[in-house]
Amino acid sequence: MTFISELSIFTLAIFVGYYVVWSVTPALHTPLMAVTNAISSVIIVGALLAAAPGYWGAAKLLGLLAVALASVNIFGGFAVTRRMLAMYKKKEKKA
Amino acid sequence: MSDSVTALAYLISGTLFILALRGLSSPESSRRGNTFGMVGMLIAIITTLLLTGIASLPEIGVAIAIGGGIGYIVAQRIAMTAMPQLVAAFHSLVGLAAVLVGVAAYLDPAAFGIGTVGDIHAVSRIEMVLGIAIGAITFSGSVIAFAKLNGNMSGAPIMLPARHVINLGLLAGIVVLVGIFYITQNPAAFWVIVGLSFLIGFLLIIPIGGADMPVVVSMLNSYSGWAAAAMGFTLHNTAMIITGALVGSSGAILSYIMCKAMNRSFISVIAGGFGADASAGSSGPKIDRPYKAGSAEDAAFIMKNAESVIIVPGYGMAVAQAQHSLREMGDLLKKEGVSVKYAIHPVAGRMPGHMNVLLAEANVPYDEVFELEDINSDFGQCDVAYVIGANDVTNPSAKTDKTSPIYGMPVLDVEKAKTVLFIKRSMGGAGYAGVENELFFRDNTMMLLADAKKMTENIVKALGH
Repeated sequence: MTFISELSIFTLAIFVGYYVVWSVTPALHTPLMAVTNAISSVIIVGALLAAAPGYWGAAKLLGLLAVALASVNIFGGFAVTRRMLAMYKKKEKKA
Repeated sequence: MSDSVTALAYLISGTLFILALRGLSSPESSRRGNTFGMVGMLIAIITTLLLTGIASLPEIGVAIAIGGGIGYIVAQRIAMTAMPQLVAAFHSLVGLAAVLVGVAAYLDPAAFGIGTVGDIHAVSRIEMVLGIAIGAITFSGSVIAFAKLNGNMSGAPIMLPARHVINLGLLAGIVVLVGIFYITQNPAAFWVIVGLSFLIGFLLIIPIGGADMPVVVSMLNSYSGWAAAAMGFTLHNTAMIITGALVGSSGAILSYIMCKAMNRSFISVIAGGFGADASAGSSGPKIDRPYKAGSAEDAAFIMKNAESVIIVPGYGMAVAQAQHSLREMGDLLKKEGVSVKYAIHPVAGRMPGHMNVLLAEANVPYDEVFELEDINSDFGQCDVAYVIGANDVTNPSAKTDKTSPIYGMPVLDVEKAKTVLFIKRSMGGAGYAGVENELFFRDNTMMLLADAKKMTENIVKALGH
């Protein structure tokens, strides 16, 4: 992919992010932070590439460490978001 | 897999991430949104593994299992009151992971398809170094934010002399070194950039006080996104670029909302030092002024006979872990036929939405919880405002006193309620902004001087009979 087409995707994604995030209800801003945290760990893709080669070296070790760190975030981030979202309940009808 | 299938898979995962955020527009759709996010992540990981990683699957599996296990256990055990620290800690991990990936790319460019050792593609050099620099700033900044939020470090601003000069100097140094690295690929320049970036992240956050943490946490959230995006450019990966842009703009919007809720400019927050000087501001003669104090029984009696009560929680409620007894109190009042609502200021607590999560944890239905703009006009018709652990966000001088450091900040109009019940540990000690609250001395204010949780529990007891 050329740099310009990547830049186009990036620019458009910023606008998508802008509109999507403004529509998030303020009550869910904490889960928003937790889930953005989890998805920004998509950086694991880079970590996997670094960890993939069949030969061992500093780059591979750093990659594996990054895989582990990003995994903390992915599992932790999604799990804690799920836990929080499960707590948001509506008023019971009888009350 | 062919290149186009791979690219398509990453695009799908990027789209699922957009849907994950879109789901958060209402609590009902949010849970499905979270599932979209998980599926998106799974697709991204599997695609990458199929692409290159099959041979190294065992060690990668171990790394994922260790990290994932730790993350999952922490997420299950963490107390909701500790959410700001947890988020700061997670940000630091994203930052560190970005640095590690960037350094790995530098050491083994062939694995990333961006050139060979000592001869990395020109554009990739810039993207890679930028990703590392932003990642390092995110990491060290988040570590400081974590330490401040977790109480390992005082929340008070730490002011170095000439800190603006130092920071700007460091920043300029990094920019120059990026230029040098771009032209010469000098390894020394590379490593110095890494070191300086860690240092500047640290220096940027130490002068920022506890009350400004909602902005800092949002800002670091944004940085972690930009770091991911820069790495996405380095690796030509659509999923990373899209996600980075989403997270980056999300954090930026949250920072903006938080700054606006404090009527402060982003620059003044970043410059730091707010809340350092407790004597600053316009507070008139202190302490000696008369105020009314009451007991739990008094408060219970007043609220029992009220028609409507609005509860205003703040960071103090989180510290005292009073949310559960607060909900109990609300339930008892509702049984007495009192209408109970909750009013939340955008910067109540230590991160955006902090109070909402705590109330949700205590089983307060979210349709009883209102944001500042939606409820502020209700205080005029309400009998009792119950302020628990909030201070600056209720200070009427923000509306009237032009010399006050918090002048112009939108506040909850609690003083318009017939009676204000204000829970505070003692009369000494101002809010985080270091400003005396005019509200304490009003005729319609009754101070309940005690720990927020104990006082609420005692009111619950008093309401019980």
